[in-house]
Amino acid sequence: MFPYVIKRVLATIPVMTMVAVVVFAMLRLTPGDPAAILAGDDASGAQLEQIRRTMGLDQPILTQLFVWLKQLLQGDLGVSLISGTPVVSMIGSRVAPTISLALATIVLTIIVAVPMGVVAARRPGKLLDRTVMTFSVMGFSIPTFVIGYLLIYLLSLKLGWFPVQGYSPIEKGIGPFLHRLVLPTIALSGIYVALVARITRSSVIDVMGEDYIRTARAKGARESTVLLRHALRNAAVPIVTVIGIGVASLITGVVVTESVFNLPGLGRLVVEAVLARDYPVIQGLILLFSFTYVLINLTVDILYTVFDPRIRY
Amino acid sequence: MMQTYGRFFRHARALLCAAAVMVPMAGHSVAQAETLRAVMQSGLRVMDPVLSTAFLTRNHGYMIYDTLLGVDSDFKVQPQMASWTVSEDGKLYTFTLRDGLKWHDGEPVTAEDAVVSLKRWAEVDTTGQALMTMVEGIDAVDDKSFEIKLSQPTTLVLSGLSKLSSRPAFIMPKRIAETPSSEPITEFVGSGPFKFVEAEFQPGISVVYEKNEDYVPRDEPSSWTAGGKVVNVDRVEWVTMPDQMTAINALQNGEVDFIQEVPFDLLPLVEAADGIKAEVMDELGAWTYFRMNHLYPPFDNKLVRQAAMAAVGQEDVLKLLVGNPDFYQTCGAVMGCGNPNGDEYGAEWVVNSDIERAQSLLKEAGYDGTPVVLLQPTDIAMLAAQPIVLGDALRKAGFTVEMKTMDWQTVVTQQGNQNAPSEGGWNIFSTYSILATSGDPFGNTTLSTAGRSSWAGWPDVPEIEALRLDYARAATPEEQKEIAVKIQKLAIDEGVVGPLGQFRIPAAYSTEWTGFPKAPVTLFWNVQKTAE
Repeated sequence: MFPYVIKRVLATIPVMTMVAVVVFAMLRLTPGDPAAILAGDDASGAQLEQIRRTMGLDQPILTQLFVWLKQLLQGDLGVSLISGTPVVSMIGSRVAPTISLALATIVLTIIVAVPMGVVAARRPGKLLDRTVMTFSVMGFSIPTFVIGYLLIYLLSLKLGWFPVQGYSPIEKGIGPFLHRLVLPTIALSGIYVALVARITRSSVIDVMGEDYIRTARAKGARESTVLLRHALRNAAVPIVTVIGIGVASLITGVVVTESVFNLPGLGRLVVEAVLARDYPVIQGLILLFSFTYVLINLTVDILYTVFDPRIRY
Repeated sequence: MMQTYGRFFRHARALLCAAAVMVPMAGHSVAQAETLRAVMQSGLRVMDPVLSTAFLTRNHGYMIYDTLLGVDSDFKVQPQMASWTVSEDGKLYTFTLRDGLKWHDGEPVTAEDAVVSLKRWAEVDTTGQALMTMVEGIDAVDDKSFEIKLSQPTTLVLSGLSKLSSRPAFIMPKRIAETPSSEPITEFVGSGPFKFVEAEFQPGISVVYEKNEDYVPRDEPSSWTAGGKVVNVDRVEWVTMPDQMTAINALQNGEVDFIQEVPFDLLPLVEAADGIKAEVMDELGAWTYFRMNHLYPPFDNKLVRQAAMAAVGQEDVLKLLVGNPDFYQTCGAVMGCGNPNGDEYGAEWVVNSDIERAQSLLKEAGYDGTPVVLLQPTDIAMLAAQPIVLGDALRKAGFTVEMKTMDWQTVVTQQGNQNAPSEGGWNIFSTYSILATSGDPFGNTTLSTAGRSSWAGWPDVPEIEALRLDYARAATPEEQKEIAVKIQKLAIDEGVVGPLGQFRIPAAYSTEWTGFPKAPVTLFWNVQKTAE
């Protein structure tokens, strides 16, 4: 196992290098000029030229690439072309809301969706199964922003239970932190609950026909033991895979939820950086996201061995 | 089994307790009496109001910096940091700083600070650049006064130093103002009524300002950027909300106190809500217009430019863009209806759509069907409607139109592209500017007509350039108005810019607050809380 993990970690180096070079090249090929954004649309050509020189954007693309790669090797992601803030601190200030939202969503998803899927799988086609699947279809079908607006209208504006928007760092107290996370977590969970519930249901149904389930029942095991200890554990591989993908996509792409609830997270930072053609910030973020995907895939692969001892690396 | 139920009830009790703790906190979002929370149009990222012409950066400038002169709502220049005298021949201005001016670090403001700041500003600002062609020297006389020596009299000294909008001549400490004008400043110390709280700054997310306790406001009543800047709050927090619906919900819920711009389609929500007021703060508003590329066919031909201007109707644009006629008006003036220099020569064919006239002009010009590349930004609501109406009107007139859809930042980059439209360039695009900056031929960038060195579109009309110089040398507002009328005629006849009408964007605020200054720029002095 250990050599496998080391091998996988080392394999991230060429992946990240490829990502870095491709992202750099793609950004330079995209139309847009950070100097024009910095100076405003009334700026003269001469002023723009001067600003480009100051930013180093007048250098050949290869030179710019080498300068950036050299910085990367020193652990420096550079500074924002627009605000002058170090990219590391920009990303650092936006990580907490995104991670908090992602973790809260995954926890809520697991708590709600896995039992839903197991319960539905127990008697496929019966009322409970159909009810769970109806909720699941609704979760898939209703866009997150619609759920968000409905929650805001009902629970914030009408009942006054929760604030409409904003993020309160955990350092300012666990109460306000959780309080502001409740609505975005519920809104965002809808689609993931639907997805995980469906996968859990179908995986559990698949294993329910296996010999070891019949054996467990023949031994007189209680139905809950059969479901939770024998069926769910053997059905876990696809569920863990989906949850892993969910975590990665939650960290990298929750722009709509962050916008509707005004959370200053990474998703919004990506959009802001792309619109402003803030190259170092976009590059830094995409590197971070690539690393996140690699890391989560590795974690999921390791978890496979926990749930299914037959899997060996 | 009982054990299982016991566990469940213990957990349920814990959950209920947690909910009981959380529910009362829902009300805690009400603003503290001394903190004003404002949702601004976008997130502040560029902090240098001399380097950038972005409106938000300019508004940030007004928070922490001060200007030597201000302008009141009658367009009259008034003393702010300094008073002035002028020699009889009009060639020597002497400015004297008022008492009590201090930088946020406690040091006194000196004349040398003002001199260096003005020089940096004049390097990049259009009015400043024009002014500098007539300046023989800007020198400090002593700690409190400095002189501007001119080669000839000009009104640009006062209009430049009191310039309302991008770029106002903000005064900074000498050590900061010595930063080259192509490099952003990295220290944010001003002498204005608010202090920038750097420790709480999150680029693009939130900005915090604290009351500058050392600021001594002028005694005169506040009017636009003139008069007393009295601060009645301890803190002003600017927050950015990418979703305007969220901003309005937050205002309704008491989580924010002010929204700088309410989209027209959401205005009915604000008007129907209790405790919120929608109000236009900038009564002059903005004007929208289109610009044609004079370098390449078909708009290198004056008659084709006139055809385009005749084809498009302002009412059609404004209905789609704004909708509610309370917030728009048609206007043929390139320097704006409502501005002293506003003149409506040509309005009869610029304001209304006259397809027959456009067709006849195209025929006379011998238009051969050369495609017109029209840039269409889709990500900014206030810029999305114009290309749709423009494209439709041009097609009706007989133009071949090729729409290029892109985001606004790509349009901004494309604007400067002087290549032929077939090689990645463009023929036509539209945008908008605030009228407060468009009322004179220097602040109004569309009226720079020096060919390739002027603003996007690159019109080459030497007569307008000559008139701009005359305007700079004019001794009285009456003379300036006469020149402005001549510029209007040439700008319309030569197709320098196609006016598409004027509009005013309302702000919204909680009725617990009062005193928001009505001005063409967003200001936060004199605002106070009236209710707890």
